[in-house]
Amino acid sequence: MKPHRQKRLGIILFITAGLAIAAGLTLFALRQNINMFFTPTQVVRGEVTSGVNFRIGGMVKEGSLMQAGDSLQVQFVTTDFVNEVPVSYTGILPDLFREGQGIVAEGQIDISGIFQASRVLAKHDENYMSPEVKAALDAAGASSENYSMALESES
Amino acid sequence: MIPELGSFSLILALCLSGLLGTLPLAGAHSGNALWMNLARPLTVGIFVFLGLAISILAWAFATNDFSVSFVAQHSNTLLPMRYKLTAVWGGHEGSFLLWTFMLAGWILSVGTFSRSMPLDFVARVLAVLGLLIFSYILFMLATSNPFDRIVPLPPADGADLNSALQDLAFILHPPTLYMGYVGFSVVFAFAIAALLSGRMDAAWARWSRPWANLSWAILTLGIALGSWWAYYELGWGGYWAWDPVENPPLIAWLLGTALIHSLAVTEKRGVFRSWTVLLAILAFSGSLLGTFITRSGLLTSVHAFASDPDRGLFILGILGVAIGGSLLLFALRAPLMKSEAGFELLSREMFLLTNNLLLVVSAASIFLGTLFPMVYQALTDELISIGPPYFNVVFVPLMLILIAFLGIGPISRWKKTSATYLSKQLGKVLLASMILGVGLPLLVLLEVSIPATVTMIFASWILLSIVKDLAAKVANKSSLEQGLRGLSLSYYGMQTAHFGIAIMLVGVAFTGYFGAERSVLLAAGDSVALGEYEFTQVGTSRVNGPNYFADEVLIEVTRQGELIRQLHPQRRLYIASGTPSTEMAIDPGFFRDLFVTLGEQKDNGAWSMTIYVKPFARWIWLGALFMAFGGSLAAADKRYRRLRVKTNILHSRHHTSPVTASLNPAK
Repeated sequence: MKPHRQKRLGIILFITAGLAIAAGLTLFALRQNINMFFTPTQVVRGEVTSGVNFRIGGMVKEGSLMQAGDSLQVQFVTTDFVNEVPVSYTGILPDLFREGQGIVAEGQIDISGIFQASRVLAKHDENYMSPEVKAALDAAGASSENYSMALESES
Repeated sequence: MIPELGSFSLILALCLSGLLGTLPLAGAHSGNALWMNLARPLTVGIFVFLGLAISILAWAFATNDFSVSFVAQHSNTLLPMRYKLTAVWGGHEGSFLLWTFMLAGWILSVGTFSRSMPLDFVARVLAVLGLLIFSYILFMLATSNPFDRIVPLPPADGADLNSALQDLAFILHPPTLYMGYVGFSVVFAFAIAALLSGRMDAAWARWSRPWANLSWAILTLGIALGSWWAYYELGWGGYWAWDPVENPPLIAWLLGTALIHSLAVTEKRGVFRSWTVLLAILAFSGSLLGTFITRSGLLTSVHAFASDPDRGLFILGILGVAIGGSLLLFALRAPLMKSEAGFELLSREMFLLTNNLLLVVSAASIFLGTLFPMVYQALTDELISIGPPYFNVVFVPLMLILIAFLGIGPISRWKKTSATYLSKQLGKVLLASMILGVGLPLLVLLEVSIPATVTMIFASWILLSIVKDLAAKVANKSSLEQGLRGLSLSYYGMQTAHFGIAIMLVGVAFTGYFGAERSVLLAAGDSVALGEYEFTQVGTSRVNGPNYFADEVLIEVTRQGELIRQLHPQRRLYIASGTPSTEMAIDPGFFRDLFVTLGEQKDNGAWSMTIYVKPFARWIWLGALFMAFGGSLAAADKRYRRLRVKTNILHSRHHTSPVTASLNPAK
């Protein structure tokens, strides 16, 4: 092989090796860190296994928020107006967390069927429903009246 | 009446940019100097009319003209004047106007500071930018005119600016970020003009370099401001969330970083030409992608503007034409570019290629993590999200490898570097970094800490290799002062920016590993310990702001029984919108930040709150400041101006490549 060919081959091998390592690393990391999204209905139907991290999205049921007086423990019910899943969370809820508002929570479901959230997200703009929550409501087949009811109670 | 003048200015700017996009291009093609000369006056016209439009919008805000729908949605009579004026970019329509105005500013600067470039080249650059701004203004008029009225009955008062936006950083972050983002359009236009004219030589790279460095510096600043803002305003105790809308600026930044390095190789050595052109296209695409993601409502995020499918489709159209068209042009023209200079496997060219590879791969992996959920949803109809751990696992190792090479690159030589030379130069540096890395954490912490050791090794590696390189450059000069004076501004720029990376590395790593946080419930008189600090809740009082009420909690921080700081976190309720918002209290320090963010007050008067101790948090943004400063230094190097004139003369007389003619004494 001519020297300049050899050099070019060297460069190409170098780039390929670099890319292969990066691709491997990326795919490995991707597999470890995908959070699936489920609606309350899917959770109630048992489509998720316990011990796996996932996201749940829905509306916070009116009147369901319970806060402990002496700790940061909170409990509320998330609903897609068809099925409900109780959520437990220890920590400070986001500023815009309110009953009747759409939220997304991240965590695991425990054996007793309570969603143990490690993170609760609420949208910053209050007139806006997150696409995930909207999809959850659509998937559950919530009627449009329920929708507007939920939106009205927000404002 | 006045808002209609705003729409009218936009229409005039649209017409002028239509002319700018066509006439100079046709002129350059046919050699019509008159048409080419039209480009510069047109840039002034576009700038003036867009400036007028944005001033009129600001005027509508200042005078509470709630008949303008955008004003009604984003302002309120109670809003302080500084936020009224900056609410111009508080929503989709106005911020897009700002974006377009920034582009007009860049176009004007290119028109003004390009006197020494050949007329046909300038005409092509400006025409490409003209087409771009034409499509932006068209988009604005068609789907998101900020001057649209509410007819027939305007509201009595506006809905108010989102409370999270009522902050100093909101005044600074969007304009800076946009200015940096849009700056890459200039480099893109240079690349397209080079492809069109077939002049893909070192002169092209030299003309592009100051623009690329400047946009990169401003983008660095813009991203850093955004991260600083997130840190102190959003109150979740972090500075970077790998949010799908934060990621595109970072992708553009990483590609831009690759670009400024690759441009250096193309300018100095005439190699990697097609790669550099491709990078210029990619960096620009990255910035367009950011616009698309924020404005199409595709993603859920703090930043997402309310969604409208028409807008998404329109931007997708611009994206498709701009990226597709330029890649097609690239595919047609790239084979014409031949590198003239060869280089060995061990050479600065190879180290810079490695740099590019690492940066592009990290940009690609972030791109993948950001867009994968969207693609997955489109394919399977299932919703997924990809969490921050993915980004950390991929990004951190890549950056550490990059830092390892960062120490070698500047010391290596062009064309050929021997391994013995490198080991002679860097052996001691490596040894010293190891000693410092192991020793310093031991001395300070009095225990073995692997994260601290790794961080200090890498940070010392950067710092010491800079010192070593400076020492080597100065060694042969008669005096230190003379030696330092002989080095170019762009060299200092590079080393300043590299030094900034060391600073940022320390900030990111130490905040991440040694930061502590604790969520607690504190009644008046209660206290809690975190690290070596003790936080005591003293009491609650009522505070009234111009457009909000707030509960303010007084917290005293003591260390070893000694009072060091009083903190005043607030929980605000904005009157107009009724939105609650927490205002965290920070005690900033060079070596640590203390901060408190409030939750809610319980019935018994106790407050839920999260308390954080963040060591070295300031260093993250300090590092970014160094990088931005380094980038500006490099852009200000006077040799760009001087050499431009020189190569011009060469160009017009001989049509030779200036690489061989003027820049390569080694040959």
